[in-house]
Amino acid sequence: MPETTKMTKDITFHVRRYDPMKDKEPYMQSFQVPVTPGMVVLDGLHHIKENLDPTLALRYSCRMGVCGSCGMLLNGTPTLACNTQILDIATTDLTVAPLPNFHIIKDLVPDLMPMLEKHRAIHPYIHREKPEELNDTTGEHYQTPEQLEHYLQFTYCIKCGCCMAGCPTLATDSEYLGPQPLTQAYRYNADTRDGGRAARNEVTGDTHGAFRCHYAGECSRVCPKGVDPAKAVQLLKRQLVFDYLHLAQKQTPCELLHGPAKGEKMPNIPTAPARTAGV
Amino acid sequence: MADLKRYDNRLGIWGWIGGGRWGIDRYAYALHRITGLGILSYFLMHIIVTSLRAMGIYLWVEGQFFHKPLFRIGEFFVFAAFAFHAFNGIRLFMVEMGFAVGRPIEPVYPYQTSLNVQRPLFIAMMALAAIFFAAGGWEFLQYMAK
Ligand code: SF4
Ligand code: SF4
Ligand code: FES
Repeated sequence: MPETTKMTKDITFHVRRYDPMKDKEPYMQSFQVPVTPGMVVLDGLHHIKENLDPTLALRYSCRMGVCGSCGMLLNGTPTLACNTQILDIATTDLTVAPLPNFHIIKDLVPDLMPMLEKHRAIHPYIHREKPEELNDTTGEHYQTPEQLEHYLQFTYCIKCGCCMAGCPTLATDSEYLGPQPLTQAYRYNADTRDGGRAARNEVTGDTHGAFRCHYAGECSRVCPKGVDPAKAVQLLKRQLVFDYLHLAQKQTPCELLHGPAKGEKMPNIPTAPARTAGV
Repeated sequence: MADLKRYDNRLGIWGWIGGGRWGIDRYAYALHRITGLGILSYFLMHIIVTSLRAMGIYLWVEGQFFHKPLFRIGEFFVFAAFAFHAFNGIRLFMVEMGFAVGRPIEPVYPYQTSLNVQRPLFIAMMALAAIFFAAGGWEFLQYMAK
């Protein structure tokens, strides 16, 4: 097997520190980190925590861009620390700071609760006329692949908060719902199984709702999952305007599909998995 | 949880342009707001100045402030702000009505976003604003050369 030589390079990490028990203001602290190709920023921060300063606070969980815990401002861009190769963004120096537009709990840990509360406010779930259909449905909700495409892109959101950190409207208006919750409002509105658009319009059409966005596009530029929140927010605004002017096509939630009551199975067709709905 | 001390890391007005490395659309966003406020304050001043006539105060006398180069330069800035604000406003109207952002797509790396979709419109509108700006600038220079 050919021997792989991994070059080590020293990168200076400038980390923004803040301890609520001691500090009035955040300050910068520098650390030398030996970096080999393939190391992500989260690895560099682990090196600091294990070898240089165990008091450094950071949040992470999955280490693979799935959980949305490790959003940080890396060299001025909000993104995921576990998903960013150090040598892709730094040659000698790397600045690591907590996500802006959130309160700092400690060091690199932002308080994401305000975003999650706004997310909760937009009814991030399917509304059905009969609420019991949500938890104990009596049939399957019919949806075509084309209908799925109308909202699939927006389901990839991992609630990392990078879009919220980049949004200039949120920088001055903390009440603004922001790209993450508004994108999820559109995601559910565009779902043919849902009937909650009117209820969501009450929240998203409000003073601090979708119309506070003026397409700075930063949310879409920084989103590490390609969710394109700016697109969703503009499509949401169109829905709001069309609904207000009574120009929107009536969209009733899709029917519940019940399997045939009787019938005979063709030969050589494997048995379908057991039904999970309407049993 | 509630009584934990936290540091408010909101960027404030500085965040319109600073606090990170941002894309061009954000600067257009900031300039749109600034030019909008500029045009609004010009409009208010315009109403005040013209209403002074009703009180018998006439400010357009030859040699007075309205004929000074400083006022002309100011007027040119208002025109430049108008050219940007009007054409960028057309782009924003199209985008915010969801007509220039494309359809939802499967996110495949490297991600293509609505920013790419509306980019030709952005360039076209900025080119039109630049033409207006140049034409106004030519007029302004001719006046200043007199
Ligand atoms: S939309 Fe993108 S940037 Fe915003 S929270 Fe979701 S995954 Fe993160
Ligand atoms: S497009 Fe709208 S939501 Fe996204 S960053 Fe800009 S202002 Fe904020
Ligand atoms: S640790 Fe889960 S997204 Fe980075």
